[in-house]
Amino acid sequence: MPKVLEESPVLLQQALDERTYLLRLKAAQIARQVKPGQFVHIKQIGDGTSLLRHPFGVARADKTQGTVDIIYRVVGEFTRTLCTLTSADCLSLLGPLGRGFDLSVGGKALLVGGGTGLAPLLFLASHLGPDKTDVLMGGRTKDELFWQALYRPFVHHMFMTTDDGSLGTPGTVMALLPSLLCKGYERVYVCGPSPMMQAAAHACETHHIECQVSLERYMACGLGACLSCTCKGREKRLKVCTDGPVFWSREVSAW
Amino acid sequence: MVASSLAVDIAGIHLKTPLIAASGTFGFGTEFAELIDLNQVGALCVKGLSLTPCAGNEGQRVAPTPSGLLNAIGLENPGCNYFLEHILPKIRAYDVPVIANIYGHSVEEYAAVAQTLDVAGVHALEINISCPNVKQGGLAFGTDPRMAASVVQAVKKNTHKPVITKLSPNVTDIVALARAVEEAGSDALSLINTLLGMKIDVHTRKPVLGNIVGGLSGPAIRPVAVRMVYQVAQQVSIPIIGMGGIATAEDVLEFMLAGASAVAVGTANLYQPDTLRTLTQALQTYCLREKNFHLQEIVGQALPQGKQSMPYFHKEQL
Repeated sequence: MPKVLEESPVLLQQALDERTYLLRLKAAQIARQVKPGQFVHIKQIGDGTSLLRHPFGVARADKTQGTVDIIYRVVGEFTRTLCTLTSADCLSLLGPLGRGFDLSVGGKALLVGGGTGLAPLLFLASHLGPDKTDVLMGGRTKDELFWQALYRPFVHHMFMTTDDGSLGTPGTVMALLPSLLCKGYERVYVCGPSPMMQAAAHACETHHIECQVSLERYMACGLGACLSCTCKGREKRLKVCTDGPVFWSREVSAW
Repeated sequence: MVASSLAVDIAGIHLKTPLIAASGTFGFGTEFAELIDLNQVGALCVKGLSLTPCAGNEGQRVAPTPSGLLNAIGLENPGCNYFLEHILPKIRAYDVPVIANIYGHSVEEYAAVAQTLDVAGVHALEINISCPNVKQGGLAFGTDPRMAASVVQAVKKNTHKPVITKLSPNVTDIVALARAVEEAGSDALSLINTLLGMKIDVHTRKPVLGNIVGGLSGPAIRPVAVRMVYQVAQQVSIPIIGMGGIATAEDVLEFMLAGASAVAVGTANLYQPDTLRTLTQALQTYCLREKNFHLQEIVGQALPQGKQSMPYFHKEQL
């Protein structure tokens, strides 16, 4: 599956909440190949000051239209720039990169996510299909769970937790996850903040349920060359960009 | 096919182009094989190799800076034996010279790595005496002319390959280092390694990098590198491989005018992985436009008159 560099025009910029946006890019070659859990490595064209690319998990890809969606939260310099882009702008995309989610699941799957971790899981949900897929999403307040509308077509059950109790079960996803793990899921996929992934992976291990997590690290090349994003694994050092970003939880030892 | 107008012989190795993939920015080459044709790269300088595997530094390893990049990878590598067994056979499938970048924590270790890598398929050694990230040894070898010379001598004694010495810019007098390693038998010089730097996060109020300090690379350091190549080119007679923030064909020409016979592209590979390909095309176009001349003709043209000393530059090769 060849990696490609594409000059990608911005097609759509949509605000999902006060600081979360969906960006749709034209990237036909990447759209054709990308699998759930893989990422695109994005750079502004012609910016000689901010050099590095930034990795974003793909939230949706449309092979027919040749488009790739990312969902990002404005947190730093690069995402502040991203949210100013309009349909007159182009970005340089490198992808598809990384190892995505393992899709060979026969039984029921539970997706567990928080924040923009729910973006790659959305792509996964659209692949797995609504019959066998449920999602558990956590947020600080109900406003952060705008994701419900995006997930509705792709999942059977939606479970929600909020830190302030404004929607669903009060607390983090861990307030609900242990009880859900008794409901016959064959596989759990987690993407979100590190403490969430570690706790969820631990709970899955206790219940003997296979668990995949998607790690995030500071990254440079995205190709496995520079070793900026490596971390300690249980058996060997892991390159997050090429061995991952998706790992079996049993492979990971440094969260 | 690459135009012959770009070819260069350096330290006895024939390069199709003067563009070398810089160590540490290009892995072992194969990581980039889907994006560029490795057969059209001047040479691959592989990730720094040590006698035994090295896990590198903990914590955050890279941080962007204006027009630059700070890194503190800490020389993570699988060790030279793993390289020989599992990686070199894959690289040998390509028609491209392989330069093995090596480092050690003692003179003896440098010698042992050199000896281990004295095999077919490795075309030259590049000694890293200048990586600022490793607390033991690395920095001292690169900043003291006598220590640098002793490393070069030890490596030369243990290899049949041409030896390139990569110098640290973190010194007051780069010329003194260059002369010392030339006298010790180095066949060529790589100029420059990264500049020592650091970054502090004003929100956490702590250094950003796990290693606290790191090496600064990218276009931000280019003027420093050009200045050092220009100074050293006037004082040594061995060829120079120039590097430091090269991202465009103009940058390549600038280093060559300053006296570099070849150049290495580093940080640009990390953010624009097809850079070596686009630079090759741009240089070919440049040679055609300049009445089809040979690129080596411009080497050292910016140097003061009468101070050029390039005995390795043979007119009949052109």
